[in-house]
Amino acid sequence: MIVAEGVHFRYLSGVEALKGISLTINDGEFVAIMGQNGAGKTTLVKHFNGLLKPSSGSVRVDGVETTKTTIASLSKTVGFVFQNPDHQLFSETVEEEIAFALKNFGFEPEIIKKQVTWALSLLSLEQYLKTSPFMLSGGERKRVALASVLAWDPQILILDEPTIGQDHEQKEKLRQFIMQLQTQGKTIVIVTHDVEFVAECNPRVILMKEGRIVADGGGRDILTNTEALAESSIVLPQIAQIFAKLDSFGFPKNVIDTYEAKELLLRAWERQQK
Amino acid sequence: MSVFDGLKFRKVYSPIHNLDPRIKFVYVIAIFVAAILFGEILPLLVLFLIQIPFVLLAGVKREWLRSLRGALFLAIFIFLTNLLFRWINAGYMLLLTDLEFSAAMTLRFVVLVESFSVFFLTTSPDMLGLALEQSHVPYEFSFAFTTAVRFVPVLAEEAQTIMDAQKARGLELEKGGFMKRIRNYVPVLIPLIVSAIRRSLELAEAMESRAWGAVKKRTNLYGLSLHRGDFVLLAITVVVLVLAIYVRWFVSVPTLSQLF
Repeated sequence: MIVAEGVHFRYLSGVEALKGISLTINDGEFVAIMGQNGAGKTTLVKHFNGLLKPSSGSVRVDGVETTKTTIASLSKTVGFVFQNPDHQLFSETVEEEIAFALKNFGFEPEIIKKQVTWALSLLSLEQYLKTSPFMLSGGERKRVALASVLAWDPQILILDEPTIGQDHEQKEKLRQFIMQLQTQGKTIVIVTHDVEFVAECNPRVILMKEGRIVADGGGRDILTNTEALAESSIVLPQIAQIFAKLDSFGFPKNVIDTYEAKELLLRAWERQQK
Repeated sequence: MSVFDGLKFRKVYSPIHNLDPRIKFVYVIAIFVAAILFGEILPLLVLFLIQIPFVLLAGVKREWLRSLRGALFLAIFIFLTNLLFRWINAGYMLLLTDLEFSAAMTLRFVVLVESFSVFFLTTSPDMLGLALEQSHVPYEFSFAFTTAVRFVPVLAEEAQTIMDAQKARGLELEKGGFMKRIRNYVPVLIPLIVSAIRRSLELAEAMESRAWGAVKKRTNLYGLSLHRGDFVLLAITVVVLVLAIYVRWFVSVPTLSQLF
């Protein structure tokens, strides 16, 4: 569980990136943090594994104050996958890349071997065991980066812009993967601009603007809340855009799911036919 | 990475920012030479102090202090190694003069950092490129140079992100003995180098697609010309240099321990 209370954060340059953030993320929750560039999304999640420490206020992960522990020990519970895989890949083989964190955490060699195999198969990367990560395609590098964090099976997983540079098929795989992790009771926090992706996942959505939280609630409510979205410069998902305009025909406004939209439209059409 | 902050140019107007970069560079080199000429603490202290008016006049005190703080680690290192070798050389004994000599060597380094920091803080990369071009350096070289300078802060930022990414995978940079600590930086350096190479290739392609080098003879919107301030700085430079050389050869500089 992550509890943030009145978190303020100021960078050395003097920019105040967070202006009083309070929120609780429970175990097993799936949260999407959205907002325009510079809203403080990444700055906020960097507080969850102690990469940044609040200038004032507090962040507690499973009851432990982040200022009173190390990044390394927090990382064991909180896995953080960065936006750009090229910022972390350095090993000669994919296998070593994934074993890197496990070695840092001091796991036994047999366990490391087991976990590497497990993480590789989880993201269907088995055939690249001995390949150099630099030889892989962009999407594959992103998966290696993800596998290298999943390898130690952290309870909380933070994904910074996981859908950037991914084609639709990869995004769909990622979505299913996140859902699978969620059924295992993992807490997942994603930082993203991708409204369509969030609409398909329908997690809890937190909207941020200029270092503050402007809205927090279920995906279905937040992603159809025109005012709150406009305030944080996010466009409605396409389905929600259509239903916002069908309001006067007696359709509900808060639809973001393709399947639900189809059902509603089909039913209306059938009624017309009769 | 704070040492790089002390080299990052910010656009402001001050008498120092408006000086001709060529003259400023000559001044920095003069300070550099003067600092190398002396191994005694007194003249180095003078060299250190005469730069402070420049810093204040340019209004870059905060950034400048940050660059000095960034150089602190290396300064301590220089001090300790000097002390160590003086101690070994003197047959495992330490005198006050050794302490003073080590301090002087450290101060020499600080003076160098200080003067380069002032130069880079008050000279925009564009002006630097212009200065090189007008000094008849081929455009390819001057462009490469200014690009390199311009990308230092970008790389510094990237290095920070990479460090964060590796720390999130349990890397502890400060852990272990001396050799282990150096090895700890491998997971940071490799992605940094790879991404720098990638970035340079992308930059090259972007430049080619904008017809870089299509015209052999280039013209500039702004030209450099010398103003009164530049002549004043030139005069100061000459005085510093002449004085330094005179003192070096004709005056015996006392050490602090001789004075007291």
